[in-house]
Amino acid sequence: MSIIDAILGDFFWRALIGGLGVALVAGPLGCFVVWRRMAYFGDTLAHSALLGIALSFLISVPINLGVIITCVVLAVALVLFSRSKTLATDTLLGILAHSALAIGLVTLSFMPDIRIDLTGLLFGDLLAMSRHDLIWIYGGAAVILGLLTMLWRGLLMSTIHEELARVEGVPVERLRLALMLMFSIVIAVAMKIVGVLLITALLIIPAATARRLAHNPEHMVGLAIVFGFVAVSGGLTLSWHLDTPAGPSVVVTAFSVFLLVYGSARQSQS
Amino acid sequence: MAEALVELRRVTVNFDGRPVVDHVDLRVQRGDIITIIGPNGAGKTTLIKAILGIQPISDGALTMAPGLTIGYVPQHLTLETTLPLSVKRFMLLSGRSLQECREALDTTGVAHLLDASVHHLSGGEKQRLLLARALARRPDLLVLDEPAQGVDINGQAALYDLIRSLRDELHCGVIMISHDLHLVMAATDKVICLNQHVCCSGYPADISHDPAFIETFGRPVAESLAVYHHRHNHSHDLHGDVVSGEEGAHSEDDDHRGCSHVHH
Repeated sequence: MSIIDAILGDFFWRALIGGLGVALVAGPLGCFVVWRRMAYFGDTLAHSALLGIALSFLISVPINLGVIITCVVLAVALVLFSRSKTLATDTLLGILAHSALAIGLVTLSFMPDIRIDLTGLLFGDLLAMSRHDLIWIYGGAAVILGLLTMLWRGLLMSTIHEELARVEGVPVERLRLALMLMFSIVIAVAMKIVGVLLITALLIIPAATARRLAHNPEHMVGLAIVFGFVAVSGGLTLSWHLDTPAGPSVVVTAFSVFLLVYGSARQSQS
Repeated sequence: MAEALVELRRVTVNFDGRPVVDHVDLRVQRGDIITIIGPNGAGKTTLIKAILGIQPISDGALTMAPGLTIGYVPQHLTLETTLPLSVKRFMLLSGRSLQECREALDTTGVAHLLDASVHHLSGGEKQRLLLARALARRPDLLVLDEPAQGVDINGQAALYDLIRSLRDELHCGVIMISHDLHLVMAATDKVICLNQHVCCSGYPADISHDPAFIETFGRPVAESLAVYHHRHNHSHDLHGDVVSGEEGAHSEDDDHRGCSHVHH
């Protein structure tokens, strides 16, 4: 126990263990973001996390829970709004993404008693990871991986061809909600590591990198997890040695791997 | 006579208060091949989506035989290229065994593509894959939305032949949308000409003389189609066994008193 204790006592290891937990679920969910063209949607949800934090303080619930609830509510509202089709989806997302961020920032500024590290929330903080956060991350990861395993065939089928899935009796709408819930959880737990502004990058970049090498959906998910691990461990190491902000360092690492894979794949093709 | 697989009674679908499908009656039984034709925007796709249960109907009644398995062949297989997918994986997602999937692919003639990526298939191959996917589910009712789209002329005829033989093999009902009037006229049992409402329906040879059909498609089209058919000098039950698969003389003589319903 003392070894585990010593490891968890070290903030770098805590951040790394937490980061790997996030990458584990960011891989499969990132693939869905890429497959379903939800990048902007993910961004919108992530930006609303700050509002979730402010609301958590207001009604005094745990921050993670507040963020999850805010994201789920926004996600459902978005799905309902986008059905009315009065505004193009990207316009709607653009409005909500930035408004949610702005409302969150304004609300937080009304609460001078609360000391909050805004930069840490926006860009991630290596030092902020507590043992308590690790419980949230691995608890959230367990829920997400459980749901993904249970719902995999339906999720995949409704992603490939929604109407075909419907005809075959796949509960497309309920699965969409389940996916929203999973996104909300991953945003709530990934916030501490990469920050709300960069969560989408951790979802998309490893998945996009994996696409270059993958031959089937599950293969792509596996590779996305591996690239996520590389990004997190590389980024946090960078942050540790060079004292750079954690989130951007992780994203820079992920992007370097992306360039490397696409560059070498192009060479091998020609 | 067997009970209907699907029965529509005065089914209406409104979009923004405007009827897109207007009081349509339709009955599909096992062994039927019913083709829906009609101009663009006639509500053909909306109608079959209502039959599939993915388009809520505004009015009327739609009854389905209990436990009905529907095989659906959508208009296109537009796949996100970001999702890597092999033919095999796509087939297995139907929830059927590899053996069943293989057999279905074999039936539609694309078994050799089992390990290929779905993104590298031609239009015709994609249609055959979608047909195999529907087939693997052993459907009672096969619903096809323009199955011959993106398929060349020879391929189209072959595809319609395949659909007929599948109907015989599975003894299922078939309902499809088609644009290609000439092929439809040759390959189908019953045609429904839709223009929001059913403007005419019946045997291919009969409806090309129908004033409503001529009005919808224009006289030149109707006349060019009529040539393909022998005049019916006999009557029979709509759902009775019609003579099929008989590759008779390809006479274009309108007055020929033949009895074959199949012409190419």
